[in-house]
Amino acid sequence: MEFFRIKKDIPFMRHALVFNVISLVTFLLAVFFLATRGLHLSVEFTGGTLVEVTYAEAPQLEPIREALAAQGYPDAQVQNFGSARDLLVRLPNRDDLDTTGVSEKVMSTLKGVAGPVPELRRVEFVGPQVGKELASDGAMALLLVIVGIVVYLALRFEWRFAVSAIIANLHDVIIILGFFAFFQWEFSLAVLAAVLAVLGYSVNESVVVFDRVRETFKKKRNLTTPQVLDHAITSTISRTIITHGSTQVMVLSMLLFGGETLHYFAMALTIGICFGIYSSVLVASPLVMWLGASREQFVKPKKEKEEAVV
Amino acid sequence: MNRYPLWKNLLIGLVLLWGLIYTLPNFYGEVPAVQVSSAKATLKLEPAAVTDRVAGVLKEAGIEHAGIFSDTNSVRARFASTDLQLRAKDAIERALNPNAQDPSYVVALNLLSASPAWLTSIHALPMYLGLDLRGGVHFLLQVDMPGALTKRLDATTGDLRTLMRDKSVRHAGITREGSTVVVRFRDAEQREAARRAIQGATADLQLADRDDGVEDLKLVATLTAQAQQTMRDFAIKQNISTLHNRINELGVAEPVIQQQGADRIVVQLPGVQDVAKAKDILGRTATLEVRMVDDTPGLLEQALAGNVPFGTELYNERGGSPLLVKKQVVLTGDRLTDAQPGFDGQTNEPAVHLTLDAAGARIFRDVTRESIGKRMAILLIEKGKGEVVTAPVIRSEIGGGRVQISGRMTTTEANDVALLLRAGSLAAPMEIIEERTVGPSLGAENIAKGFHSTLWGFVAIAVFMTAYYMLFGLVSSVALAANLLLLVALLSLLQATLTLPGIAAMALTLGMAIDANVLINERIREELRNGATPQAAIAAGYDRAFDTILDSNITTLIAGVALLVFGSGPVRGFAVVHCLGILTSMFSAILVSRMLINFVYGRRRKIESLAIGQVWKPGTQAGSPAAGKSGGN
Repeated sequence: MEFFRIKKDIPFMRHALVFNVISLVTFLLAVFFLATRGLHLSVEFTGGTLVEVTYAEAPQLEPIREALAAQGYPDAQVQNFGSARDLLVRLPNRDDLDTTGVSEKVMSTLKGVAGPVPELRRVEFVGPQVGKELASDGAMALLLVIVGIVVYLALRFEWRFAVSAIIANLHDVIIILGFFAFFQWEFSLAVLAAVLAVLGYSVNESVVVFDRVRETFKKKRNLTTPQVLDHAITSTISRTIITHGSTQVMVLSMLLFGGETLHYFAMALTIGICFGIYSSVLVASPLVMWLGASREQFVKPKKEKEEAVV
Repeated sequence: MNRYPLWKNLLIGLVLLWGLIYTLPNFYGEVPAVQVSSAKATLKLEPAAVTDRVAGVLKEAGIEHAGIFSDTNSVRARFASTDLQLRAKDAIERALNPNAQDPSYVVALNLLSASPAWLTSIHALPMYLGLDLRGGVHFLLQVDMPGALTKRLDATTGDLRTLMRDKSVRHAGITREGSTVVVRFRDAEQREAARRAIQGATADLQLADRDDGVEDLKLVATLTAQAQQTMRDFAIKQNISTLHNRINELGVAEPVIQQQGADRIVVQLPGVQDVAKAKDILGRTATLEVRMVDDTPGLLEQALAGNVPFGTELYNERGGSPLLVKKQVVLTGDRLTDAQPGFDGQTNEPAVHLTLDAAGARIFRDVTRESIGKRMAILLIEKGKGEVVTAPVIRSEIGGGRVQISGRMTTTEANDVALLLRAGSLAAPMEIIEERTVGPSLGAENIAKGFHSTLWGFVAIAVFMTAYYMLFGLVSSVALAANLLLLVALLSLLQATLTLPGIAAMALTLGMAIDANVLINERIREELRNGATPQAAIAAGYDRAFDTILDSNITTLIAGVALLVFGSGPVRGFAVVHCLGILTSMFSAILVSRMLINFVYGRRRKIESLAIGQVWKPGTQAGSPAAGKSGGN
């Protein structure tokens, strides 16, 4: 079996401008949704209490809401989670609320409601101090990843490549966040981990292409920069599709079998992988070209050698 | 030509064997067990003695066990069924704790790995499952440091007042203002005198002048950075040891109590579902009391005979001998500011150094002056029951608030006593800032979900790789399996906590690790396409792909490390597995797969073709001469 039978290098760079415009539009859309709708942050970031219970048969939601309101939690959100038998109760932190006993009080209220008896699945309480810290730690992690990757690529290749790769991949991150904002999917710590993992992963893609670019620059002297880029992308495209396909198969398996907890984690990875392929090939490479990468940056000029001899 | 030297093959073989051995315990599942640990801070568990006792009890009761294991803190006995386990628990409980009101040991139900003893003896244990996989409660407690600081400054205010009086320095009032203590004076001379007095008495205070008028001179004292740091360390250590004592009585098999960051404590109680009780126990305080021992001859015998004299109570000293203690309390733990193990200045024998605050020091001086030659008892009172931590003889009058307890003590004992004294004195207040409870059914479900995701993802990749790259794909799949094996072995060895995000990371890492083999296989095909001989193609494919693999793994690793550094909770669980997975994947994808390919092709002098699927060359119609078994489309 062989999927890719490409006779000539595909002229990707001829359409570079088109790709960049597409990217810019999706990027701006993502920013727009992030700004207007915002992320639906999980209880880990916002602070609050979350109680998940399961019932033998589907309970009525209205009496539960009323009972909670009567107990002094009018702002409790009650919703089904996964199936009609599973219930999720969310309570935001309030200044006048005694936080230590909330989960027990909610449980006893739920048990007091007529109908099926609830079984506790999990409780999560996050104090107001923790949420802010998590958000700032997340931002620090993102910053560290960006700086680390830029420095590594700049040392290994050239600053033009480092900058292009990081721009292309940050654009992926923003787009993932845009999806989460648009659909109002829950953005949890696990999703944050997925986003950062994707960042490291899709930089891979750029690295593989750049490796080829460097090699081609050294080997083939008669090609122009766009031709070199075309050649590098064409000769790695088979590997790109197969690798990402394999990773996506794994992520799909998580999406299918992983249940609610891994659902959005897998979702973030799926978007990240799809846009990762696109951006690292079709965004990073044109950027390298615009930034003016050329053969001289990789092939040592002869002059130096002569001096050394002298 | 494509051959690894013998040592390299052996090395890879050994690593794989090691991986297999350390992965093994995960397959055995768990058996019911009973775990015995000490219930009291004053009682150290002696593993050998307790093991013998448990074995004796079980033999007497006619209950068959499947091995008794011990470590420094606990003794565990395995049983074939939960029925036996419950019977054994009752029997052991009755034998070890004759007085049910005052248990000396925690006898808890637990689950132990069913792996054979030889695996346990080389520390091959199953992976340590996090709370989201096994069920239980997790708390994050914040120690109220500003509160502790305020308390300390209030004590300092009192100390300074006493000091001024002792040194007859005239002042116009001492007050705490925010995080400083301000002493007012009417003239500069008195202020100078006060400064000298304070500097002579303590090194913990930093002094500064502030003049708010001719008649209103002030001396502003703040705690030095070092003193504040010591205070913080002390507060957190003290709270941790107090928590240890309390959690023991919950009967949790493997509690985790750890410091996190500067002022936080994580408490994890696997298997506990009763959150209300856990919270109640965490919130309680123990107290420390200093009382005099009644040494009147004959009274102790009388008390032992069941007739305790009025105004006294009978206690057991640590180590055994009974002691008659007066009911009147001389000092409470509030007056104790620190307790540290150390050595006697003259005799150089182990000692415990206590520091009392000013008021405590005064009381102590008065009491010791009157009772030279008598014994005093230091009691730890918890749940309304007291225990004598130590009962030293007073040798001389002790002033200045620095007390030393020494004699008949080993270094370990001095450490224990200091810890107990600290545990009893009032800790800085704590607040629960994070709580997570996971029911046991959810835990089991999470394991199943994580396992199925990984399994089916792996199967799909293996099938695809084999179909697409034939033999080379099969080898890649075997290398991927080796990666999983090594990753699980490493996690088992490190006993890193495995959580659901950790399992997700395992799946994701496998999905990413196949990249290395795809790169290699594609390179080999490309070399063949360019007309290289099969042997040369293999060598060039592996060599050239290596750089790319290294680069791409390093960038992924950078992201992993960032997550490890800044992540907490679920993110950290993910990052640990992710980082380890990247490392094992480098080994398996490159070395293991190369070794296997070498075994297949390396010895043959002449190879017609490689079974790497079809290699299509531009310009030819069907498969190239180098194409393998799948010559057709």
